[in-house]
Amino acid sequence: MKCKPKLGALVLFGVVLCAGARADVRIGARFPTLETAAFTGGLPATAGKIVLVDFWASWCAPCRDSFPFFTRLQQDYGARGFIVVAISVDEKAADFEGFVKRFKPGFATGRDHEQRLVREVKVPAIPTSYLIDRAGRLRSIHEGFRGKPTETALRKTIEALLAERN
Amino acid sequence: MKPAFRPAVAILAALLLGGCASFHPVRVQPWERAKLADELMNPRRAPLDTAFAEHILLSREGSAGGAGVGGSGCGCN
Repeated sequence: MKCKPKLGALVLFGVVLCAGARADVRIGARFPTLETAAFTGGLPATAGKIVLVDFWASWCAPCRDSFPFFTRLQQDYGARGFIVVAISVDEKAADFEGFVKRFKPGFATGRDHEQRLVREVKVPAIPTSYLIDRAGRLRSIHEGFRGKPTETALRKTIEALLAERN
Repeated sequence: MKPAFRPAVAILAALLLGGCASFHPVRVQPWERAKLADELMNPRRAPLDTAFAEHILLSREGSAGGAGVGGSGCGCN
């Protein structure tokens, strides 16, 4: 068999490219622990629940629009084993506290004060919501918050996840 | 005569280019954009200053309308 150096070099280049690709959290994989973030009043109990992890920031305009919706989600599905956990990526505690004071979320909020969790997850945009099933596996990713389309998509996924056990 | 293609050189070049592909020196991550989102980064944060700067530009360049109003400044609209 004749050796093809050009093809070999091309394949090697491809392999090196793949090695440099982003290694973020994949659908079906276990979501990293939320314990690295500092939560107001401590980390809420998430074991056995459907968890919506939302990464947000005080400087992010769509995050302001998303908070009332997440409060409604918590009210609508909380009794059925669903919980919203919103994690701020704000570097300054005062920015986080000011936002929470102003928008009064009806769900658990915390701050990833060293931005360790957000780096581990490699969040593609702010805000981004991750839906985790009762077994702790990532089931869906919703990048950004676009009002009604995002609300409809999230409700549909949450209801499907809640129905899995019932 | 030297061979036109040297596999060792090609492999070295591939490795070097691969290194460039995985290195993003200017990539600002989404969670690092607090300073970019700051109002100070808005070039039009002070309407009066903007109007004044535009007036100076238009006078200097003789390009009325060139800063964004309707038409192209040619006086033909």
